[in-house]
Amino acid sequence: MASKFMNWVDARFPATQLWNDHVGQYYAPKNFNFWYYFGSLAMLVLVNQLLTGIWLAMFYKPSAAEAFGSVAYIMREVEWGWLIRYMHSTGASFFFIVVYLHMFRALLYGSYRKPRELLWIFGCLIFLALMAEAFMGYVLPWGNMSYWGAQVIISLFSAVPVVGEQLTTWIRGDFVVGDATLNRFFALHVVALPFVLVGLVIAHIMALHHVGSNNPDGIEIKANKGADGHPVDGIRFHPYYTVKDLFGVGVFLILFAGVIFFAPTFGGLFLEVDNFSPADPSVTPEHIKPSWYFTPFYAMLRAVPSKGGGVIVMFSAVFILFFLPWLDRSRVKSIRYKGIIFKVALTLFAVSFLSLAYLGLQAPSDGVKLSARIATVIYFLFFLLMPIYSKLDRTKPVPERVTG
Amino acid sequence: MKRSLLLALLVMLPISVWAAEGSVPFEFDPNLDNQASLQRGAKLFMNYCSGCHSLQYMRYNRIAEDLEIPEDVVENNLIMTGGKIHSTIQGTMSKEQAGDWFGKAPPDLSLIARQRGADWIYSFLLSFYLDDSRPNGVNNLVMANTAMPHVLAPLQGYQVHEEAGGHGEESEGGHGEAGPALELVQEGQLNPAEYRSAVGDITNFLVYAGEPVKLTRASLGFKVIVFLILFTGLAYMLKREFWRDVH
Repeated sequence: MASKFMNWVDARFPATQLWNDHVGQYYAPKNFNFWYYFGSLAMLVLVNQLLTGIWLAMFYKPSAAEAFGSVAYIMREVEWGWLIRYMHSTGASFFFIVVYLHMFRALLYGSYRKPRELLWIFGCLIFLALMAEAFMGYVLPWGNMSYWGAQVIISLFSAVPVVGEQLTTWIRGDFVVGDATLNRFFALHVVALPFVLVGLVIAHIMALHHVGSNNPDGIEIKANKGADGHPVDGIRFHPYYTVKDLFGVGVFLILFAGVIFFAPTFGGLFLEVDNFSPADPSVTPEHIKPSWYFTPFYAMLRAVPSKGGGVIVMFSAVFILFFLPWLDRSRVKSIRYKGIIFKVALTLFAVSFLSLAYLGLQAPSDGVKLSARIATVIYFLFFLLMPIYSKLDRTKPVPERVTG
Repeated sequence: MKRSLLLALLVMLPISVWAAEGSVPFEFDPNLDNQASLQRGAKLFMNYCSGCHSLQYMRYNRIAEDLEIPEDVVENNLIMTGGKIHSTIQGTMSKEQAGDWFGKAPPDLSLIARQRGADWIYSFLLSFYLDDSRPNGVNNLVMANTAMPHVLAPLQGYQVHEEAGGHGEESEGGHGEAGPALELVQEGQLNPAEYRSAVGDITNFLVYAGEPVKLTRASLGFKVIVFLILFTGLAYMLKREFWRDVH
C-alpha cells in the first residue's frame, strides 16, 4: 500500500530520489568528529528562528509608536510570548556561535579547497545575509540601543564616495532613523532576507551533496569505492548521522534552554540593558556598541584612524573570506597533515579574532586601540600571507583511507 | 560626508561624561521567592510611587494573580488611579502637567529594573539627602540633581551628605558597612533597618514588574532541562546502537 502510493508519487514527483540523494543514500565520511555537528545545528537554529519569528510577527507592531510596547506585550500578555521571544533572541546569538564554529571547522580541515569552492562561497554569502538579517532584527524591538545602533551602522554607508549621503537617506527612507526605517527593516527582516537565507542554504546543501562532504583527514572518500559503488569510508547519512546529530541536538538544546530559562539576557550580551528603554533620539546610550557577534569587525572599524579606511577594513575583513579557496596553496587540506607554520598561523588567527571580539566590547582607550590594531594586522596577514606560508609549510603524507 | 562619519564615530565613543550617573553605593540581591516582600513592595509602590510613575505594561489583575492577592483587596487597596482591575497601571498626572511641575515627566517604571538593575533602584531610594540648592530641597547621590522629591521621607526621614574630604572615615576603612557618608538628621516613621527593608520590598516588586514571568521561568527551565538530559541520554544510546556496525 505504502509502496504503491510512493510509486504513484514518484511517477509524478522525484520524492524517493530526493530522499535518497540527500539523506537515505547520501554517503558521508565515517570519521566526522565534534566539529561536524555545527552544520546540522545551524539548520536547527535557522528553523527555530523561522518558526519563532513567524509567531513573533503575529503580535509585533512594526511602527515607531507601537514597536516597543508590542514587544512588552509579547513578553507579558501573549501566551508563551516570553518563551517565543527569548527563543528568538537567544537563537540569534546561538546562530552566530554555531556558524562561527562551523566556519572554523572549514579552516581546520580545508573544507573550502577544490572541489568545494562554491560550497564555501555559498557559505560566505549565508554569513553575509545572516549579518544583515541579525542587524535588521536587532532594530525591530525599537529600544534605545536598537535606535542608536541603526543610526551608527547606517551612517557607515556615508563612506561611499560621492553618493554616500544620498545612499544613507535612501536606506533610512528618512533623514534620520525613524518609522520609515523600522517599517522597511521589518519587511526585509521578515520577508526578503529569510527568503535569501533559505535559498542560499539550499544552494549550500546542494553543492555539498554534489561534491560530497570533506572530513577531518581532508581526503576524498569518493576516490576509494567498494564493489557496490559506494565509498568504502562512507556511511549513509540516514540513519548513522541522523541519530548522531540527534544526540548533538540534545546537547545543544540543553545549553540553549539553559540560557533561555536561566540567563536570557546573558549578562547584557544577548539582550542589552539599554534596549529596555524605548528609542529616544535625544538620549544617547552611554556606550554604543553592536551585538557581540559583530564586535570583531567593529573593533577593526575603530582601530583604523581614518574614518573611510575603517569602513574599508571592516568590509574587507568579511570579503576576504571569499578568496580563501585560492589563497591556500598547501598540498594537503587538513590541519592533521599540515606543518607547524599553518598551525601557528591558524592559532594566531583564532586568537586575534577572539581578541577583536573582546576589544570591540570595551570602551575605547589607547590600549584597546593598540591591541585592536595588532589583532587586525594578524587577522589580515593570516589571509594575505597564506599563498606564501601554505606553500612553504612542511606537510605530512596523507593516508589513503580515513583514520577515524 | 566626512562630517556625518565623524558624527558617527563620535556617537560610537562612549559618552561617559554625559552620563549623570553617580556611584551605586549599595547592593541588593532581589528575591522573588519572598512573596510577602513582593506584596509589601506592591503596597508601597501603589501608595508612594504610583501617583507619579506608571507601570504601563503591568495590569492590576496580573499582580493580583502573580502575588496571590485577592482581586477585591487589590481593587479596594491598591488601585489609586481610578483604573479597573484589568487596567494597566497609569500615573495620575498627564505628561504635560508632569513636565510643568517637575521639569520632566517621571519615567514609566515597568522596565526600570531591567534597565538599571536592582542595586541601582535600592541605592537610589536610600540616597536622598537634604540640599537647599535644589527646588525640592533634596538631592540624590545615585542620580545627581534628580527632579524627584523624596517621597519616602515620611518613612525614612531626612539625611545629610557629608562632603568628601571632611572626614577621614571613608579613606581609611575602604567600603565598609557604613557606605557613603549619609547621616540621618531627622527621623521618619521607620528606623534605618526597617527603611532598608521597605526599600528592598519596593526593589523586589520592581524587579518582578520588570519581568513578571521571572517568578516561574527558572522552575520551568529546570523541568525542561531534566527532560532534555533524558532525551540526550536516549539519543546517545540510540546513536551507539546504530553505530555498532560502523568499523
